[in-house]
Amino acid sequence: MNKIRELLEGHIIDYIESDMTTVTVDKSKLKKVLSLLKDDIDLKFTQLIDLCAVDYVEYGDSEWQTKEATSTGYNRGIRPSSHSRIDFSNETNEDEYDLCVTYHLLSITHNQRIRVKCFLDDDSLIIPSVTDLFASADWYEREAYDLFGVLFEGHNDLRRILTDYGFIGHPFRKKFPLVGNTQVRYDPEQRRVVNEPVDIEPRTLVPKVIRKK
Amino acid sequence: MSDYKNFTMNFGPQHPAAHGVLRLILEMDGEVIRSADPHIGLLHRATEKLAESKPYNQNIGYMDRLDYVSMMCNEHAYVLAIEDIMKLDIPERSKYIRVMFDEITRILNHLLWLGAHALDIGAMSVFLYAFREREDLMDCYEAVSGTRMHATYYRPGGVAKDLPNIMPKYMLNKNQNLDQVEKLNYNREGSLLDFIDSFIDRFPKNVDEYENLLTDNRIWKQRTVGIGVVSPDRAIDLGFTGPMLRGSGVEWDLRKKEPYEIYKNLEFDIPIGTEGDSYDRYLVRMQEMRESAKIIKQCCDWLKNDNGDFISSNNKIAPPDRDDMKENMESLIHHFKLFSEGYCLPVGETYKCVEAPKGEFGIYMISDGANKPYRLKIRAPGFPHLASLDEMVKGHMLSDVVTIIGTQDIVFGEIDR
Repeated sequence: MNKIRELLEGHIIDYIESDMTTVTVDKSKLKKVLSLLKDDIDLKFTQLIDLCAVDYVEYGDSEWQTKEATSTGYNRGIRPSSHSRIDFSNETNEDEYDLCVTYHLLSITHNQRIRVKCFLDDDSLIIPSVTDLFASADWYEREAYDLFGVLFEGHNDLRRILTDYGFIGHPFRKKFPLVGNTQVRYDPEQRRVVNEPVDIEPRTLVPKVIRKK
Repeated sequence: MSDYKNFTMNFGPQHPAAHGVLRLILEMDGEVIRSADPHIGLLHRATEKLAESKPYNQNIGYMDRLDYVSMMCNEHAYVLAIEDIMKLDIPERSKYIRVMFDEITRILNHLLWLGAHALDIGAMSVFLYAFREREDLMDCYEAVSGTRMHATYYRPGGVAKDLPNIMPKYMLNKNQNLDQVEKLNYNREGSLLDFIDSFIDRFPKNVDEYENLLTDNRIWKQRTVGIGVVSPDRAIDLGFTGPMLRGSGVEWDLRKKEPYEIYKNLEFDIPIGTEGDSYDRYLVRMQEMRESAKIIKQCCDWLKNDNGDFISSNNKIAPPDRDDMKENMESLIHHFKLFSEGYCLPVGETYKCVEAPKGEFGIYMISDGANKPYRLKIRAPGFPHLASLDEMVKGHMLSDVVTIIGTQDIVFGEIDR
């Protein structure tokens, strides 16, 4: 819709019409763009329907790639690409990420939706919080912080929300292993629940395949 | 006593009124709530992460287990997202089947909500009545999918099986004699559609029964009127959808506003509340059940006169006919590919949502061209609802917390995901 394009001229990096209008903004312009969208009388995107983070670090990677004929045949693709474990002494393994925060807004007045994407720089996980614009952002931002480690500046209660009390790491990042790092069990001798390193072997049942048509 | 002004109370996670595994830290001033801090995540299964490691079709079953009282609606949003990225058109018949089962699901959900909500507030009998009707609808689920709850019935391209021509019957057993069994089977002589028809014929009278028990009941009104009032603007700001939003007087229903499948061909009304309190949300949901019954009736009539395909004939995404597979090389290859590797989606992203019984259930799917979703974000309607609990219970009594949890129609499968 041209109205959006006009309004956001100079504030956005990218504008695409796909399943819905999708704009990409820089972190510094994020709050400006969202408040413009919210307050404009012809748009009135007053409801934040969804907020989520995406980790783009493995985007387009295939687990089933060979350059030449292989003698190992079906052994390829068994090891999942996200098999790395966190070394608790230094958290470097999990450091590889490429995060993006996506906002889905809805205008109930004009029956229209828009998606706003904001990529995070490599060196900083901080992004401004939008809790002062949309009340529903509160828990969504806590979730994105919990699962991806995005730090929302200005959120006044940025605690973990879905994972266990005392959980370490941000499990929805692509480099976080699917089987996790720790498991809990009841120890009858100590008579309490203990945490220990996970003993499940990570494996892939169906490898990720990308077929270009 | 005067030394203790405010104190903190732990509510749940093992409390029957917590509807699952909700843990609330309540700050109380006597019996008045000053603030509530919901602790969630006790049912967190990382569905979204699991989905990233599985081919598209294997994730349909996870969708059932999100909001485990409105199973097929969750599947619906997921398959819509796949179909949207693929730009796949599905047969008309499957659209009607999906809509019919969406509405059956809505009645299933609202019946459970009604029963549990009433039970929480102290009305026992509604629960028993509601489960009587749920039983019949579960049988419909079972007839098409083989399971009573987690159906995995919707597939990209249509639905897994066509509607059966015979309705399964009760068999003679050691607990029931021939007379009793025949009584149970009175409306099971025809097809599934005949069974649904007979259900819809009697269902409005059942809703009258529930309403007789509750709508003008003095105790029911004392417990719900004026409890958890949310203004329309605030409801929008808090991210409310579905009956929670409509209870506050905002006329917003995705079935009307962004009609998916064949909702635009159907006649039904959208009930809305005026006060935005728990009683209005109760009235909205009761009326929604009646409207759902109307929709099911219209779908039933259409389906009876139709013999189309129930799933797309594109064998790249839908399995080929089983007999064909044994004779035809092409079908055999398709079958093998589909059940080993799955299918790859084009690169793209989409957000698809349906009007689930609890509100807007959305799927934000990103595909990088692989046979698995790159990222799957589930937008659960209950999540923002529960987030507003603190605001809704503030200043109310402890017993009203139970009413408000009930009126929000909380299910932890979808909130914790």
